[in-house]
Amino acid sequence: MALLDVTNLGISFGGLRAVDAFEIHIEHGELYGLIGPNGAGKTTVFNLLTGVYKPDTGTIMLADKNITGMKTTMINKAGIARTFQNIRLFKNLTVLDNVKAGLHNNYEYSTFAGIFRLPSYRNTEKAMDEKAMELLSVFDLDGEVNLLAGNLPYGKQRKLEIARALATDPKLLLLDEPAAGMNPNETKELMNTIALIRDKFDMTILLIEHDMKLVSGICEKLTVLNFGQILSQGKTSDVLNDPEVIKAYLGE
Amino acid sequence: MSFLNYFINGLSLGSVYAIIALGYTMVYGIAKMLNFAHGDVIMIGGFAVYVCTSSLGMHPLIAVLISIVVCTVLGITIEKVAYKPLRKASPLAVLITAIGVSYFLQNLALIIFKSDTKLFTSVISIPLISLADGKLVITGETIVTIIACLIIMVILTLFIKKTKAGQAMLAVSEDKEAAELMGVNVNRTISLTFAIGSGLAAIAGVLLCSAYPTLNPYTGSMPGIKAFVAAVFGGIGSIPGALVGGLLLGIIENLSKAYISSQMADAIVFSVLIIVLLVKPTGLMGKKMSEKV
Amino acid sequence: MKRLKINRDYLITYGIVIVFYVIMSILKGTNNLSSLFKGLLVPLCVYMIMAVSLNLTVGILGELSLGHAGFMCVGAFSSAFFSMIMKDSITNPIVRFIIAIIISAVVAAIFGILIGIPVLRLRGDYLAIVTLAFGEIIKNIINILYVGKDADGIHVSFKDAASLGMGEDGKIIINGAQGITGTPNDSTFTIGIILLIISLFIVLNFMSSRSGRAVMAIRDNRIAAESIGINISKYKLMAFAISASLAGMAGALYAHNLATLNALPKNFGYNMSIMILVYVVLGGIGNIRGSVIAAAILTVLPELLRGLSDYRMLIYSIVLIGMMLFNSSSKAEQWKAKFSPAKLIKKHKTVKEAE
Repeated sequence: MALLDVTNLGISFGGLRAVDAFEIHIEHGELYGLIGPNGAGKTTVFNLLTGVYKPDTGTIMLADKNITGMKTTMINKAGIARTFQNIRLFKNLTVLDNVKAGLHNNYEYSTFAGIFRLPSYRNTEKAMDEKAMELLSVFDLDGEVNLLAGNLPYGKQRKLEIARALATDPKLLLLDEPAAGMNPNETKELMNTIALIRDKFDMTILLIEHDMKLVSGICEKLTVLNFGQILSQGKTSDVLNDPEVIKAYLGE
Repeated sequence: MSFLNYFINGLSLGSVYAIIALGYTMVYGIAKMLNFAHGDVIMIGGFAVYVCTSSLGMHPLIAVLISIVVCTVLGITIEKVAYKPLRKASPLAVLITAIGVSYFLQNLALIIFKSDTKLFTSVISIPLISLADGKLVITGETIVTIIACLIIMVILTLFIKKTKAGQAMLAVSEDKEAAELMGVNVNRTISLTFAIGSGLAAIAGVLLCSAYPTLNPYTGSMPGIKAFVAAVFGGIGSIPGALVGGLLLGIIENLSKAYISSQMADAIVFSVLIIVLLVKPTGLMGKKMSEKV
Repeated sequence: MKRLKINRDYLITYGIVIVFYVIMSILKGTNNLSSLFKGLLVPLCVYMIMAVSLNLTVGILGELSLGHAGFMCVGAFSSAFFSMIMKDSITNPIVRFIIAIIISAVVAAIFGILIGIPVLRLRGDYLAIVTLAFGEIIKNIINILYVGKDADGIHVSFKDAASLGMGEDGKIIINGAQGITGTPNDSTFTIGIILLIISLFIVLNFMSSRSGRAVMAIRDNRIAAESIGINISKYKLMAFAISASLAGMAGALYAHNLATLNALPKNFGYNMSIMILVYVVLGGIGNIRGSVIAAAILTVLPELLRGLSDYRMLIYSIVLIGMMLFNSSSKAEQWKAKFSPAKLIKKHKTVKEAE
């Protein structure tokens, strides 16, 4: 079984079938691209996978566990973490605290211990600091730990969001247009970082992008969505040569 | 017969709530904010009539017109000064500002008019109707209030359905940015909404003070809050919802006063709010709103 | 590195409170305090605790509660009731008062949870109005609540004192709208300051703990908080209950400072909730130390400027609107962004790098 097995996933809004008969199978360690033009339903797929929307049809299996219809919080605990197209950081918390919030479920002590500063508070917080710094240094953010997240430059905000998602120690990482709003140089650097994350953390990554060139460089497999339906799916090279894809992307 | 009496009085009170609730519901629909000061605009409307009739000796009808103008201008001013700069601020900031405005109006009135309760002379001179050998009495105020409420509902519905400005309101309430792109003047539409809501508040103020002939700086606050409950009950953003919610709330309040406990009537009204929000947070006729991810 | 800074920040807050306490005690001891001022010391502590408590809800949790006076009311009546019953059994006033305070905190927290479970699911505006409604309901119920005690035990009625049906030796404890008369006068300035420090300790330490971080994450972005596995309802409820219990404690302090305790619009109504909100906004939403200072200044200032007392509430309202416009309007944001130190430093840096 693959790490993520999605079959026949679908949802309608009003009369519109936003996503229909969506399937995807992602093996452990893969770097997988979900591409398609604007409005194709890519983010909707992410919202279905993370429980923001409840699917009308289909099942989502993560590491042989059925997570269909579970709440976002539980799905994260089951092992899916994500970033957002329109960055959603905790703007009034520091960079460090953003990542430590991501560590929330992996490092526990009681509220009582927190208020009365018991040893469990001190030890756990120290361990959290260390872990958070380790993550931040991967993204070159360790120099800005005490800055408020809202004051970070745009590109670093995107990186911090990825660091926060990784802090939840997921099995599968979903990145929603991680390079949106970046210039070509920043984009290239980010793509390298993403490839690096996969190797360093032994991570499985599904990423959304509408620029096909960008993903073709780092993703082994692609799924192309168009009008909520799968247009093409498979190895990157095969998909890129699929006449349907070429037609949809370049017009007739 | 006494039940019918309570019921009709409830309808009358409910009509006032409905008119106030319209102001809440329209502003909420368009500016996505709870205009906490709305209830206090009612009080200002009441004082405008009081000053015109008692101090200046004007004809009640002229006084009502002046009151409507005063409240309309007040509503537009409040929006311009306090709310407009906060269009992009957090809902919490807007809400706190609105509470500040409410508090400001109350305390301004307190300084100008003092805290003692004024006796308000009803502006309505229709005689009461006595039915079934005097067992069922319907006052002129009750009749006028219920009729006024129905007329306002009809006119407002027609205004929104048939006029360009009304359509613009609908467009802004659906999607502010899109409406702007389509050439709707969003600022003017919001101003217009506040103007209409506040003008209606003046009418509600007159009707309220005529039916319960007292007036002080806090007169508007409780009916204002209850009318908001009515708006939520009916489904915030919905005009028919405001009518249904207002009437139901007025009836519930009067019947609980009559049959349960007059001291607990307010508590019962508020419990209705809590129950509605628990069972059906969108109200009876409201639309579902969810955040885009 | 960061923790050190936080600790120093906290110490300053505690330091301010202690210095304030010492100065006031000296003034009081040397008879340099007018009787009016002396009478203000305990209420001042009440307001400061209320402001800290409300700031936890408004600033840290990011929800507006307009019924905070309701929790104070619950705390006041539950603790005063306890003290009345135990007046003869527990003669040590300190012990009795400590138990009364604990009771007030627990009862208010229970109410906070009961209200919070349904209410915290709602959107902000609704939450504000429902908490307001709750405050009014509490006040209404207490005004028709009659409780008496005789040899048979405790009698409760929601009608009048006569229908309590008590024996000869019966004594009315809560007398409807007349409230509770004869609560032991256990509150002192010292106890008030200790309670304030406890409140500060709880709130500040909560903020910098794992749970507090979760609460602030929810405040900043609920959807993102869900996406990293934070249990939204649990942490919202936790913050709300802590906030309510602190308000309850303030209520106990308040109740034991009065000969007669009754639930009036003035003390437990909407106006009280608004007054506390003014303290929080003026002190800075989310700034706990600011709340304490604002509460102190806004309580003392009007007493010093008696001539302005008519205008006091009007000025409060203008302060409230002005602060919000200054802090949140888009124009003010632009202005601040232009002149913020961080930006200026950055500008300087980029210029340097360009060179």
